[in-house]
Amino acid sequence: MLKFLERTHVRVESLAVLLALIIVMAFLSPVTGSGVRVFLTANNFFNIILASATFGILAIGATFVISSAGIDLSLGSVLGLASVTGAALVVTLELPWYFAIIGSLMAGAAAGAVNGFIITRGHVPAFIVTLGMLGIARGLALIISSGRGIYGLPEEILFLGQARPFGVPTPVFIMLFVALASHYVLAHTPFGHHTLALGDNENSARATGINIRRQRMMLYTISGLMAGIAGLIFTARVNTGDPTAGLNYELLAITAAIIGGTNLFGGRGSILGTMIGALIMGVLQNGLNLMAVQAYYQQMAIGAVLIAAVWLDQIRTRGRSLQ
Amino acid sequence: MSLLELSGVEKSFGPVQVLHGVNLSVAAGEVVGLVGDNGAGKSTLMKTITGVYTTDSGRITFDDQDVTGRDPGERRERGIEMIYQDLALAPQQDVANNIFLGREPTKRFLGILPRFVDKAKIDAQAQEMIDRLGVHVPSIQIPVGMLSGGQQQTIAIARALTFKPKLVIMDEPTAALAVREVESVLNLIRQMQEEGIATILISHRLNDVFEACGRIVVLRRGNVIADLKRDETDMAEVVSYIVGAHG
Repeated sequence: MLKFLERTHVRVESLAVLLALIIVMAFLSPVTGSGVRVFLTANNFFNIILASATFGILAIGATFVISSAGIDLSLGSVLGLASVTGAALVVTLELPWYFAIIGSLMAGAAAGAVNGFIITRGHVPAFIVTLGMLGIARGLALIISSGRGIYGLPEEILFLGQARPFGVPTPVFIMLFVALASHYVLAHTPFGHHTLALGDNENSARATGINIRRQRMMLYTISGLMAGIAGLIFTARVNTGDPTAGLNYELLAITAAIIGGTNLFGGRGSILGTMIGALIMGVLQNGLNLMAVQAYYQQMAIGAVLIAAVWLDQIRTRGRSLQ
Repeated sequence: MSLLELSGVEKSFGPVQVLHGVNLSVAAGEVVGLVGDNGAGKSTLMKTITGVYTTDSGRITFDDQDVTGRDPGERRERGIEMIYQDLALAPQQDVANNIFLGREPTKRFLGILPRFVDKAKIDAQAQEMIDRLGVHVPSIQIPVGMLSGGQQQTIAIARALTFKPKLVIMDEPTAALAVREVESVLNLIRQMQEEGIATILISHRLNDVFEACGRIVVLRRGNVIADLKRDETDMAEVVSYIVGAHG
């Protein structure tokens, strides 16, 4: 077990944090009429993984770019853009239902590709490009939807968000599939190896003939594609193409990736760790909700977790280099 | 017949001419020391050999083929490897992955899924290479960043040797090493020579150059001003060429 965790770069600490958080939340959450803690009900369990699925997929995108020593701040906005693009094609333009899927995924991937193109061709720092895209994508989403939600999607799309085949919400299946595929790519393909090497030491990637430009281009496109998938799920869940969908989700996604063990400075990344990170964020949010903590405080809590995670990591790496 | 042949190689960066028609030849299995002051053009010259820089004029042939217009990847495939002074290792990746970085052997599940890295093969071959070089590394599965400077240098050499190069260029391989580690790197160069691999050794440490190299080439202001056999020269003569005090 420990060996497996080490091999997949999942931190024992993040698993411990998840467990501790579950125990604490279970005790602090209110009791239902039948005498069970609300937090521990099956329904609530699905609520947590359902909520985690959306930003979990976003966090997978963040894991790819961060482990290559990049950053994508536009994730949440691109999610919103993808959400309204898919809905507008099907609801407003009355195209067949599958255009919601194509539209969301293409919008996400395209925004990511634009990020990648400007970062690699223009040598503009990823921080600036994706910060700019955060504004652009959100603005575009609001323009496309005239600032209002686009309601009323067809049955087939709603299935992706609201159905429960075998009693499990569809988004959970989608997230599991995306996570497994991404884990395979990052941990076991040459593309993944090159991503980590690039994040570790750009010179090493260059010296060994890795096409750095193409690599970065693909990484940002993948990140955008993840935002597209998350946007599609969001649309399907709430039956709305929502231009404000995913607001501040980049905070959740990046935090989930970092507490899952991905190195903020690149060179180390774990999709399985990110999934645990996403669950930690999901449990935290859900528990605070059940305790009726105001959303404003939740924002603060998530931000504090991000800073604390990187701080602890810094202390730890400094400790190691002193040895 | 020499393995590497440079004739009349010139290179300028804007108005600054760095190489003024360099002629140089290296035979198979030969170890040549390249010395010269800072700014003499050593690094530029090496980068024209690996293909990182294109030449303005002149010709480079390798293994009887004109490689002047070839890109770095192609030259690497033909057998020119370079070990950079900063080693260009990825510190958080393990030893085996570093050795195979950029050239990972892959296989396919059931013939459909995308190719995945054959980690077992990488580990086995990396171990083999480490053993062949006769160096001690605690484990090939630990991150390279946890190794000593000398061990890291060895990993960089192992990476260069894995794909059977004919020429290895080393840029200051001993500059940051402890005395005993220097010895082991020089031993490796000797071992490579026995296997017929030619080496160009760039170094400021003339002791190391005299120990490892049969021939010493002095570069000064972008010209080869001396091409000396080790057994027919001494350190004083080489130094006088380097500083321009000779003839």
